[in-house]
Amino acid sequence: MSIPAELKYTKDHEWARVSGDTITVGITFHAQDQLGDVVFVELPKAGTVVRKGATFGVVESTKAVSDLYAPVSGKVIEVNEALADAPEQINKDPYGAAWMIKVEFSDAGELSSLMDAAAYQEYVSSSAP
Amino acid sequence: MDITPPKKFPGRRGLVMREPVIFERSTPGRQGFSLGRDEFDGVPLNGLDSHLREDAPVLPEVSEPEAIRHFLRLSQWNYSIDTGIYPLGSCTMKFNPRINEEVARLPGWFFSHPLAPPEVMQGALELMWNLERYLAEISGFEAVTLQPAAGAHGELTALMMIRACLRERGQGQRKRVLIPDSAHGTNPASCTLNGYEAVELKTGPEGYVTAAAVAAAMDDTIAAIMMTNPNTLGVFEREIAEISRIVHERGGLVYCDGANMNSLMGMARPGDMGVDAMHFNLHKTFSTPHGGGGPGSGPVGVSHTLVPYLPGPRIEKDSSGRFLLNTDLPRSIGRVKAFLGQFGMFVRAYAYIRELGPDGLKLATQMAVLNANYVRAKLRPVWNLAWEAPSMHEAVFNDTHLKPTGCTTMDVAKRLIDYGFHPPTVYFPLIAPGALMIEPTETESKETLDLFVDAMNSISKEAFESPQLLKNAPHQSPVRRLDEARAARNPILTWQMEKAAR
Repeated sequence: MSIPAELKYTKDHEWARVSGDTITVGITFHAQDQLGDVVFVELPKAGTVVRKGATFGVVESTKAVSDLYAPVSGKVIEVNEALADAPEQINKDPYGAAWMIKVEFSDAGELSSLMDAAAYQEYVSSSAP
Repeated sequence: MDITPPKKFPGRRGLVMREPVIFERSTPGRQGFSLGRDEFDGVPLNGLDSHLREDAPVLPEVSEPEAIRHFLRLSQWNYSIDTGIYPLGSCTMKFNPRINEEVARLPGWFFSHPLAPPEVMQGALELMWNLERYLAEISGFEAVTLQPAAGAHGELTALMMIRACLRERGQGQRKRVLIPDSAHGTNPASCTLNGYEAVELKTGPEGYVTAAAVAAAMDDTIAAIMMTNPNTLGVFEREIAEISRIVHERGGLVYCDGANMNSLMGMARPGDMGVDAMHFNLHKTFSTPHGGGGPGSGPVGVSHTLVPYLPGPRIEKDSSGRFLLNTDLPRSIGRVKAFLGQFGMFVRAYAYIRELGPDGLKLATQMAVLNANYVRAKLRPVWNLAWEAPSMHEAVFNDTHLKPTGCTTMDVAKRLIDYGFHPPTVYFPLIAPGALMIEPTETESKETLDLFVDAMNSISKEAFESPQLLKNAPHQSPVRRLDEARAARNPILTWQMEKAAR
């Protein structure tokens, strides 16, 4: 399983790449593996304010519909518009081409609540059926 | 590697019947009807001239036998409850007793007109009046409306009543609804349609929602909780009475998704558990047909609290025993369905209830739970249970024991088709990864259940011995494995006429 060391993770299987005062958000390899073939993704518009732990979008596969949860609170400054027409990127390249939103976070303190790669690895193996 | 399962299984291989869409069968000028050509000559157009179409619609041109053969051939591809076990969890695919169909076709019911005045439809009104009371008695509610056309429609109807009630109480700020993470997807959808927001409630470690979790989530923004009991894991919500007490005490109302009422019928009553409203699926619990043979029907039962808000008109009985339609209902949410609902389904459900009687209904429930637990016990040595809690009317397994083979729940479902069985519900509930949700219902005999279990266990063995057999399944169905991802990403939902041009 692929869990890049430089990223932060949520219990809902989003990843966050921190850069200055913004984070880039997507879903993990484990998440896409559990979902199976992703067929639809719904993302917020740039400018939307998101709240940590609240839903910011929806991802749908042939098996399930799943909410996307914001890792931190802040304002969406950029959205990966290309994903709407190519949702399969989420399966092919979850940490790269399938980034979803960039968020300018409002409280850097919230970052400390996210898991690092080792903790996420542990979380996934302990919660796997 | 033998793609054909052993002979004891019903199997799927039959006559090969390739069949084009009916447009491809079309031959210009061929027809299967004879109407007088001058039927509309001389009919005045009264200003509609500009709407006259210039070209004839492109309809398939086939003879009568071609049309009959086309649709009959397609129908023979079908799998149905009349051809074999249909263990689709959460859907309750009961057999549709033929006596129901006989009764529903009695001319007095069949030809009754929805606009006929109450004076000439006393019998129909009496049947509905009685059915309302039977359903109320079975579920422990104060009153029942038969109007909603399906389960989700029933959910919405109940939420509309809850909203009306809260507004009257001056509690219109309550707009959030607690919904367990194991709920049917229709629950949050009904919430949203009602202008409410769904708030997810985590299922507890034992497979049911705890009263403590509800207490922690309740506040003065919560309008209601939507419970499914037993829930979609097939587990009884044992803390439901305490949950109802907490929600009521903190100003909310309790909705119950009645999709799984078939495991309570005759045994326990949601009304007694503190539930304020619940929909029934007549097409599940009360044996009326699903889908194509349908339509569905989703009556709603309510507690004393919600009676004033029931949709109208209400069927009432006057002192002389005559039935009438009362439209003077100032606090009602109004009509939610044209006419009085799916009348044909009411006749069938009524026949089912009268045919079985109180003891028969109870026995049906007991047999449904017994059958599910029989399958659970027989599959357990090979298959991994998603949850250990006792099962009611359905059992949820997963595909974890197949991990070393690379085969998944989807592969198992597809291979079951070769064995001649409709697959169970897969990948639902969402909180059970790789779920195989099996609901045999009371319809099936021990012999059928044994055959199904043997098929499941045989497929598990195949997965370890020749996984490609599963990966490439189905081998013997009219069409092989379909590309579901492509179908969802690029749906083509209409016949493209230009492509049909020859």
